[in-house]
Amino acid sequence: MVFFMAMPFIAGLLNYVVPLQIGARDVAFPLLNAVSFWLTAGAAALMMGSLVIGRFSTGGWSGYPPYTELAFSPGVGPDYWIWAVTLGSIGSTLTGLNFIVTIFKMRAPGMHMMRMPLFCWTALCTAILMIFAMPPLTVATALLALDRYLGYHFFTNDLGGNMMNYANLFWLFGHPEVYILILPAFGVYSEVVSTFSSKALYGYTSLAVATSAIAVLSFTVWVHHFFTMGQSSNINGAFGIATMAIGIPTGVKIYDWIWTMFRGEVRFTVPMLYSLAFMVTFVFGGFSGIILAMPPLDFQVHNTVFLIAHFHNMLIPGVLYGLLAGYHYWFPKAFGFRLNERWGRIAFGCWVAGFYVTFMPLYVLGLSGMVRRAQEVFDPAFRPWLFVSLCGALLLLCALCSLGVQLWVSVRERAQNRVFVGDPWDGRSLEWSVSAPPPAYVFAVIPEVYERDAFYESKRRHDARRRPARYEDIELPCNSAVGVTIGLSAAAAAFGLVWHIWWLASVGVVLVWAAVIARSFARNVNRLVPAAEVARTEERWLAAVAASPPIARPVETTSLNRGLAESAS
Amino acid sequence: MSKGEVRHVGLNLGATDAIAHRKAERAVFGFWVFLMSDAVLFALLFATYGSMLGATAGGPTAAAEFKLFSALFETLILLASSFTFGMASIAMKYRKAGESLAPLLAWLGVTLALGMTFLGMELHDFVGMFQVGAYPSRSGFLSAFFALVPLHGLHVLGGSIWLLVMMVQLASLGADAQVKINILKLGLFWHFLDIVWIAIFSVVYLQGLIR
Amino acid sequence: MSAERRVETREYVLGFGVALLLTGAAFAAVYWQKFAALPTLGIVFALGLTQVIVHFRFFLHVGFKKSAREDLQLILFSALIVALMVSGTLVVLLNLRGRML
Repeated sequence: MVFFMAMPFIAGLLNYVVPLQIGARDVAFPLLNAVSFWLTAGAAALMMGSLVIGRFSTGGWSGYPPYTELAFSPGVGPDYWIWAVTLGSIGSTLTGLNFIVTIFKMRAPGMHMMRMPLFCWTALCTAILMIFAMPPLTVATALLALDRYLGYHFFTNDLGGNMMNYANLFWLFGHPEVYILILPAFGVYSEVVSTFSSKALYGYTSLAVATSAIAVLSFTVWVHHFFTMGQSSNINGAFGIATMAIGIPTGVKIYDWIWTMFRGEVRFTVPMLYSLAFMVTFVFGGFSGIILAMPPLDFQVHNTVFLIAHFHNMLIPGVLYGLLAGYHYWFPKAFGFRLNERWGRIAFGCWVAGFYVTFMPLYVLGLSGMVRRAQEVFDPAFRPWLFVSLCGALLLLCALCSLGVQLWVSVRERAQNRVFVGDPWDGRSLEWSVSAPPPAYVFAVIPEVYERDAFYESKRRHDARRRPARYEDIELPCNSAVGVTIGLSAAAAAFGLVWHIWWLASVGVVLVWAAVIARSFARNVNRLVPAAEVARTEERWLAAVAASPPIARPVETTSLNRGLAESAS
Repeated sequence: MSKGEVRHVGLNLGATDAIAHRKAERAVFGFWVFLMSDAVLFALLFATYGSMLGATAGGPTAAAEFKLFSALFETLILLASSFTFGMASIAMKYRKAGESLAPLLAWLGVTLALGMTFLGMELHDFVGMFQVGAYPSRSGFLSAFFALVPLHGLHVLGGSIWLLVMMVQLASLGADAQVKINILKLGLFWHFLDIVWIAIFSVVYLQGLIR
Repeated sequence: MSAERRVETREYVLGFGVALLLTGAAFAAVYWQKFAALPTLGIVFALGLTQVIVHFRFFLHVGFKKSAREDLQLILFSALIVALMVSGTLVVLLNLRGRML
């Protein structure tokens, strides 16, 4: 779920939204972006392939040795896990690289760091975390691979191996990873809460500082994932204090969002509903985290389902609701029509109810001593609680199905819900200043920015969506087969490594590097969109802007909404 | 050089090629970010090595197997190659349009030769170690050594192949903006590898040989 | 040779020369070991760290006054993360080893 649901969903949101919000036409390295995508896709294909060819690892998402060493897992399972995770982690590292360079080097003229939307701040910190946190995972899986393939002794039981270093390396990655997951969600909440409270974000500076603090502190707490491994209580204490400290900037953010809503005109659209549910539920999960941060308490509930309840309490209301809020919020921008609001609310209700019913019993069970990762129920007293949890899981299934139904209904009704003008929610940042969907070049003229919430301020001055003085030719990258080639060759090589088909592994690796080298010889890899075509596209849009009735906020979820919000007075 | 002209790490083309200089900022910064992630990778292998210094499992130890003069010569060769690459960078920056590519190609060629010599010496060292029973599956300590040092060697091999490709591109495409930017990136890579080697000869070889 | 080219060439020559000296000193400190193990190790590490800085300054042209702000921020941040990860790993693992013996 983490590697192949959450990470791709997050990368997708970053990919779509960040360039639009900073006033750029694309990311810094579009081809590298394609490579990241296809590596992730290849890795996911490899993992799914393991459902039918061989058997996937039974070592959990963390793959701890010595269980995953050859001695105890002689099959292909851990090898599937190692190579799928390796390919995915390389893809994520390259994504992080892309977004650091994009945000540092490609902001629109005048957009200082303190004028960027908050989502871009969280995107930047996420990218920084990706760059520095994925290498420990690459090292952990590579050393495990060396043990399994070449008989090295990093984590074996004998000849000097130390499996505790694996836990150390894995969680050096693992802790920043959960912040990679949550920071983009925090960014979504900042955008959504501000937009649907009809108010500028409260405490922008404190939010930016808190995000940066979370990014740095996330590298100082990893030992809390193995408090019980045997190190001294002083070490545990130091990391426990750091873990509690990292709750403070998150608390600052919650207060900032609450103050943003205060005295605002709050509209209870689906994204806003998710944000409200998040604020309440996530804080509760945070409390259980503070409990776990104290080593003596952690010792009592280590490896029980209390921990399962805690991290799902962070991931579902935190990450999932954030991604779903972002999905509802930006779907109209990407596809040109709004999602069905009624099914959105049904899904929302099922997610929230489902989460509580599924996971609250696990807190009780964990405190009662029910261990995690067991195939048996050892104490009959656990059964009633588990049954309640099962009902919750069925509710969650309904939630997932509701999302599917919502998408189907929305596509069917799309003609009524088109928002071509591009600003259905009276948005504040630059992505709402172009059509929905935007043209391939996004901005006919790169905007110049003089303040925060530049688009919103220009609407207030009745200065938005001006016809540019002149249209220029725009250069865009051509499509390329290099990304697909690299991703699929890498996946083929990984498959070869899993099954010890050495010729396939070699051919795959050679193909990857051949594609890279061949591409470096290529010139003329861009295409030109002539000024006349840009003019045609823009004029068509501006005509639609002139012809659309501006709508007031209360009717934004009806088919009256053509994407033109009434200018704020 | 005024501060405004320095747009990225490494040698800046500046006014000698304004277009390439402008394009280089994004490309070189991106490569520098990648090198930082690579630095973290190496750092963790150093940390692993440090934690496994004692994991010799009754087998060969550092003091017994490491050769001081071999490490010294490898160090001098790699350091020299960093210097020759620097000379190549300067030849590339100050070459005017129409002038011969020969000095640039010569410096790159010498760098390549030095890199291959380094690799040859290192391979010879490893073979020697295997012959006396110091192979990676013997102990945790040797596993750590044979992850860290060959990883650096693999990077040098990759850099050498890259050098070769760049020489072919210079000969076939000439020194256009893209080729120059790629050589700037390769320069960062090559100097980075020499910096990692400083850590290797200090933490691995010299530490192992201190009595 | 233009003045700027001379200046830049001199940077590489100077860097190479200083690095050679620092390398020689480190190897000499071990070959003719005059001090106990720990101080010698300290000397080797100090010389190595100095040489790393020399490489950054003369080969990579990175310096507080010279470099773009983002490049410096990235290097300092990376150094911080590397220091945290390496020291944390060593402290935890050596502590574990001590408690197991």
